[in-house]
Amino acid sequence: MHVASLSRLRVEESETESYQAELDKIISYMDILTSVDTANTPPTTYALPMENVFRDDVPKESLSRELALSNAPDEEDGYFKVPRVLEES
Amino acid sequence: MQYEAVIGLEIHSELKTNTKIFCGCKTTFGAEQNTHVCPVCLGLPGVLPSVNKKVVEFAIKAGLATNCKINEYSKFDRKNYYYPDLPKNWQTSQYDLPIAEHGFVEILVDGEKKKIGLTRIHMEEDAGKLVHSGTNIKDSASSNVDYNRTGVPLIEIVSEPDMRSAAEARAYMEKIKAILEYIDVSNCRMEEGNLRADINVSLRPVGEEKLGTRTEMKNINSFKALEDAINYEIERQTEVLEDGGKIVQETRTWDPARGVTLSMRSKEDAHDYRYMPEPDLPPIVTSKEEIEAYRKSLPELPDARRARLESEYGLSEYDATIITSSRDMAEYFDGVVATGADAKQAANWIMGDLSKNLNADSIAIKDSPVEAKRLGEMIGLIEKGTISGKIAKQVFAEMWKNPDPPEKIVKDKGLVQITDTKAIEGIVDEVIAKNQKAVEDYKNGNKKAIGALVGQVMKASKGKANPQTVNQLLAKKLEE
Amino acid sequence: MKLYFETVHGIHDKIVNKEIKAAEVAEAVVSRLEETEGKVGAYLDVESEKALNAAKLTDEKIAKGEPIGFLEGIPGAIKDNICTKGVKTTCASKILENFIPPYNATVIDKLTAANYAFLGKANMDEFAMGGSTENSAYKTTHNPWDIERVPGGSSGGSAAAVAAGSAYWALGSDTGGSIRQPASFCGVVGLKPTYGRVSRYGLVAYASSLDQIGPITRDVTDAANILNIIAGHDEMDSTSSKKTVPDFTKSLIKDVKGLKIGCPKEYFADGMDGETEKSVRDAIDALKAMGAEVVDISLPHTKYAISAYYLIAPAEAATNLQRYDGVSYGERVDGEDIVSLMTNTRTAKFGKEVKRRIMIGNYALSAGYYDAYYLKALKVRTLIKQDFEDAFKSVDIIATPTAPTPAFKIGEMADPLQMYLQDIYTVPINLAGVPGISVPCGFTKSNLPIGLQLIGRPLDEETVLRVAYAYEQAHDWKDKRAGGEA
Repeated sequence: MHVASLSRLRVEESETESYQAELDKIISYMDILTSVDTANTPPTTYALPMENVFRDDVPKESLSRELALSNAPDEEDGYFKVPRVLEES
Repeated sequence: MQYEAVIGLEIHSELKTNTKIFCGCKTTFGAEQNTHVCPVCLGLPGVLPSVNKKVVEFAIKAGLATNCKINEYSKFDRKNYYYPDLPKNWQTSQYDLPIAEHGFVEILVDGEKKKIGLTRIHMEEDAGKLVHSGTNIKDSASSNVDYNRTGVPLIEIVSEPDMRSAAEARAYMEKIKAILEYIDVSNCRMEEGNLRADINVSLRPVGEEKLGTRTEMKNINSFKALEDAINYEIERQTEVLEDGGKIVQETRTWDPARGVTLSMRSKEDAHDYRYMPEPDLPPIVTSKEEIEAYRKSLPELPDARRARLESEYGLSEYDATIITSSRDMAEYFDGVVATGADAKQAANWIMGDLSKNLNADSIAIKDSPVEAKRLGEMIGLIEKGTISGKIAKQVFAEMWKNPDPPEKIVKDKGLVQITDTKAIEGIVDEVIAKNQKAVEDYKNGNKKAIGALVGQVMKASKGKANPQTVNQLLAKKLEE
Repeated sequence: MKLYFETVHGIHDKIVNKEIKAAEVAEAVVSRLEETEGKVGAYLDVESEKALNAAKLTDEKIAKGEPIGFLEGIPGAIKDNICTKGVKTTCASKILENFIPPYNATVIDKLTAANYAFLGKANMDEFAMGGSTENSAYKTTHNPWDIERVPGGSSGGSAAAVAAGSAYWALGSDTGGSIRQPASFCGVVGLKPTYGRVSRYGLVAYASSLDQIGPITRDVTDAANILNIIAGHDEMDSTSSKKTVPDFTKSLIKDVKGLKIGCPKEYFADGMDGETEKSVRDAIDALKAMGAEVVDISLPHTKYAISAYYLIAPAEAATNLQRYDGVSYGERVDGEDIVSLMTNTRTAKFGKEVKRRIMIGNYALSAGYYDAYYLKALKVRTLIKQDFEDAFKSVDIIATPTAPTPAFKIGEMADPLQMYLQDIYTVPINLAGVPGISVPCGFTKSNLPIGLQLIGRPLDEETVLRVAYAYEQAHDWKDKRAGGEA
């Protein structure tokens, strides 16, 4: 399932069918939206009409490194440690 | 078949703000790993971004300085992809409504002017840094992540595929660098990665309109690498096509040590970035009046300055282009000329000895040990005839190490030009007496023999004799 | 009334008048918690010591004759998706099993400044995804009115604690009804403020354009007072409103005369429970009798709200939850390379509903489907918002049921789509961004609470609170407590 890989989730082969069926059912329910005429309707991204909310370019205190790393599953020399990364972004 | 290269650049420039784009952490380069981080840039659960006003100002200025249209309504979007240097696994960037669009800059290559189109400029956050523990990325068992750079503000400047050669691409990137320096929004220190380019290269038969398949090279951070990588890629693609092969659309990496581009591990599926509007950041709305105010606040830009140097000082287009290619150099030039020094001489010295010395010692022009004022004074000494152009080179070399005024150096080192005809006459007589062969040759019609004699006189005077006087005296005496 | 069942304002007055010590107040709730928690399961983490210490400080202040604030020394529960510095914040997910935030949510900073007494972290549906609290990775919370039933969700732990007497008040979060529906199921008051009224900084995001923090309390007075403490613009939340925050207690007046109350026909549709419908209609009639003008209105796009919501919320959730990858915090399940580490971690540590919504969201956002699903849903959201804007041109308040049924049985709602459809009366309010409150308006024959939802104009919590208060004061539902005790 492509959407599982986009989600970085693994769906076991045994579950694929039931998952698919369930998602299909939900998605097909969503299809009632196709009956709504939205040809002249703009999308709403923000609940409230706000604009231009900015912060001044003034430094604030950072976390101590100890605190920054306090939830790290693995660390090394003040770095967060992960297994090898094969693909460059 | 003749092929034509089609090149487009995506330039990422770090903006010189005090703090990151979405949080108050400092942006200072070179801090100890994971010390410029906070809940926001670490992407901890529950955090929200807040936009640094400076970033928007800088991006708008960059847009205006590159002849872009500023979008009155602009917004941020999430660009989703998984990578450990990206704590949220999305990059906050701009998708369909970037801050600036549809601009251009002018470049000059081999005396020809050309317009390079800008598709867009958008704001985004930089990612963190991966440090690989093994000897290279492929054989290291683990990687370490430093999030100091995460959230440092970037603008991405996307060009149209308007360039046709490595030289054009270089001129374009130099122009972008100059503009960003002029408007003072980026330090443009390429060695620190605050100006870097992703290059797209494709080939097509000359006359063909349709674009060929392109390859991409990411994170090129020197002009040399830019030219070398493009030239290599043009050659490589030409060979592939001439052998009847097909170009594979892929990302390649430039290996400067071997001077080749290499295919990176091919991706299983093309990225599906699933862009969506960033719901945590309200849109940015800029009125026409604000845009005009920003436009008025811009300093003189490289092209205007170049034109001014040409008309005001009579510099050649070539010289004026080089002088204005960096704001610091142009300012240095102004400093030299301000002393009353001849502009053409000033340009020659800046592009010649000064640049050579700066490059050799890896010093930025604004940190030059020879200040603009001093160079101006030295040029003044040449103009007054106190020193010769040749001696000036010696004086300049001394000035590189010695902060004294050139006048003092000339005096202390006894480098004042000998203009006293009597003194020079003595040396001329001596040289004539010692070089009878050359004198004979001259008298027998080999007029070029005078050159050797002039050289001898200059040598004997340790270069201090006024060369014009030497020439005149020699000619007069030999005719006697 | 038993001490642990009293309202915050009632206790506050008694502490100020020295009728009672804050320590007794805290001890009462702690021992009630110990007594009920085994059956109710409202908490993921209990911090009795912290609550008792805060109460002690309050008593010291009282002894010194210093003034105290509304919440001082009175223990409350915080939903476990609100970051508490130094105290585990799991979102009821295995993926954050050991996550200790190094920072406080803005609401926690505000509560701390108000010297609140922190009693513990309340259970919830994992990452606030659900309407029953059955999606918690740790425990099922039971409804104090009938322990075989769900407390609602996703703020089920918060509502159950307030109903059970194991917290005097609580904070919840509401993305599609997650404060109002559990309040309705548990017979308490739940207020979802206008989107932007309360800072979301530190609220672990489910759907950023819909999430909002609000109080769950025993009456409207407590809700108004707590909103006073937590509301206001926050520079850490760019979407928080810069509008001045009024004193909400000024809205607590027993008068609805002249107010126009809209009754949308789409909210009394087929499939709704008969007893619920009757209670809500009676409540609306009561408001009419009190002098409000009741108007029949239509919110024509209501039937599309579930579809729009279950595309928009999962799409935002899919990206919001991308950060849980085992790299820099949270649980990690190792893998030979980074891709498998991320996949292993997410596959093992996310619950079923969370995975389902992530996949729906990524489907809706993916290349080729974006326009048909996500963008379409955003456009339909505009229409739903316009429905409310149009309605509020002629009415001041919209009154509806909070949920189509009272609390259902644990395990009863097995089909995800069926569960989603339960949210029909609450999600439009989040899509529109407007404020809404659920106040108790009756009980079924089997003694299950029913909630009346009152919806107001954007940033007009004042009118919402005023109508809710007037209704509440005219009825005695507010004096009922779960388990028949009082």
